[in-house]
Parts: sequence; C-alpha cells; structure tokens
Amino acid sequence: MNAIAENQNQTARTRAQADGRYVAPPANISATDNAYLVELEMPGVDKSGLEITVEANELTIIGRRKTETPQGELCYCESALADYRRSFELGPDIDTSKIEAEMDQGVLKLRLPKSEKAKPRKVQISG
Amino acid sequence: MSRIRNQINQLFEDPFSLTAPPTGFFEGWSPTVDIYEDKDKITVTAELPGMKKENIDVSLHGNALTVSGERKEEEEEHREGENYRSERYFGRFQRTITLPTPVDPNKIQASYRDGVLTITCPKSDEAKPKQIQVKTS
Repeated sequence: MNAIAENQNQTARTRAQADGRYVAPPANISATDNAYLVELEMPGVDKSGLEITVEANELTIIGRRKTETPQGELCYCESALADYRRSFELGPDIDTSKIEAEMDQGVLKLRLPKSEKAKPRKVQISG
Repeated sequence: MSRIRNQINQLFEDPFSLTAPPTGFFEGWSPTVDIYEDKDKITVTAELPGMKKENIDVSLHGNALTVSGERKEEEEEHREGENYRSERYFGRFQRTITLPTPVDPNKIQASYRDGVLTITCPKSDEAKPKQIQVKTS
C-alpha cells in the first residue's frame, strides 16, 4: 500500500507541462512510524514562491521561480526555466491538518504525520 | 541501478525534461547549467539544491570552469524508514564548462542562494569589445 501516490489524474498536469509552464520537481518519499517525509527539489524557488494546498485528499505543490535572472543574453541553457508543480494523492492514514513544510536551499521538505489511529501501537496484555 | 530506474521513470513522467543533467563517464551526477553572456562578463548558474556552501568547489584552469563537490544525504529519520521514491541524486558531482572567452581569474565571484550557484566571471580586457575610432585623413 502506498499512502502517497502520484496523482493519477494526469491530464491537467501533462497539459500544463506541454505548455512549458511547469516541470515536475524530483521527489524523495520515505516513511517512519510516525510520519511520511517528502522532499522536492526546486532550485530557484524561495519560501515566498511556494504554494502548498491540500484539497480533499490531493496535495499540490507549486513553486514559482524568482524572476531575477543574471544580466546578459542566455547563450546556453539546460534548465527548464519553468515553474514547478507536482501533486500527490494522500492515503486516509495521513493527518492533513498537521502537515509541516520547510524550505532550505531549493529543497522543500514536507512532513506528513500519520493520524493517531494509523500509528503502530503496542497492545498491553492484561492478566 | 536506482539511477537508471529513475531516468526511465522520468522519461515516462516527464518527457519534456530531456535537458536532464548529462551523466558521462564520471562516477557521480552533474548539475544542470545555464550560461549568460554580456559585454563585460559571463555568468554561469548551476542548479544544486540542498547543498551546504562549504561542500561546493569552484575552480578555473585556463578557460575551463569546474564546479564539483558532494551532496550528502541527511542521516536523521530518512535512513531508518521505508523509501517509496528516490529521485534525488546524492554523492559526488562534477561539471566542467569551457568558457567562450578568456576571463579574469582573480575577479571571479560565486554565490549560493535558493539552491542555485551563480558564478560571475568578468571578461579579461582583451576579450572585451573595443571601440575603434575612425579617423578622416
């Protein structure tokens, strides 16, 4: 079971990418007993360019690059120079009211806590 | 192995990002690079999200500008847990760019912000365009 799945509703996303408006940032997703951790690489984006929304069970992250670019003519270009967007479908075991986000040198780190009832629990044996 | 898988995944997910960092014979990864030029300087930007500035090295040999270093994976929680997706590269990286004109090695400046390394290389005097006065005889 995967609690954080790439959003299957690809049409809107792929269309936006085809327009060159957005690229999907590379992601690492891992889990511990208490939370899921999502890291997204969005170089060129600072805290003010981030837009993170949770709607129903869909988590969407948009990162807008700052507009300032170096002076001069762009004579060689490998980066997409587009904004970032990626969305994930969240499983029911995530407490969406307690998601924490932190941005550090172009890497967004999200912590999605598991809801209390989803955490592993020791059962006391009585008697 | 996981890198090959990532690249294949990326092809399916993101067919428009074939500008992905080229990985040559070098054992490691390479950052994405852009180059800007105006009459006084050449500016190189490299996407290096999630680094510490002390782990980035910039050097110049002749016209070859090299950016290298190491991105360390964070120990903390990630290690012990289960991994669902690993698309980020860690470990050593290196990238060498041949600059189109001679630059002044003593005036190169580098700054690191929001995961982007910006290297400003002022052109050496002989590389700058010169205005030539036309005289009438």
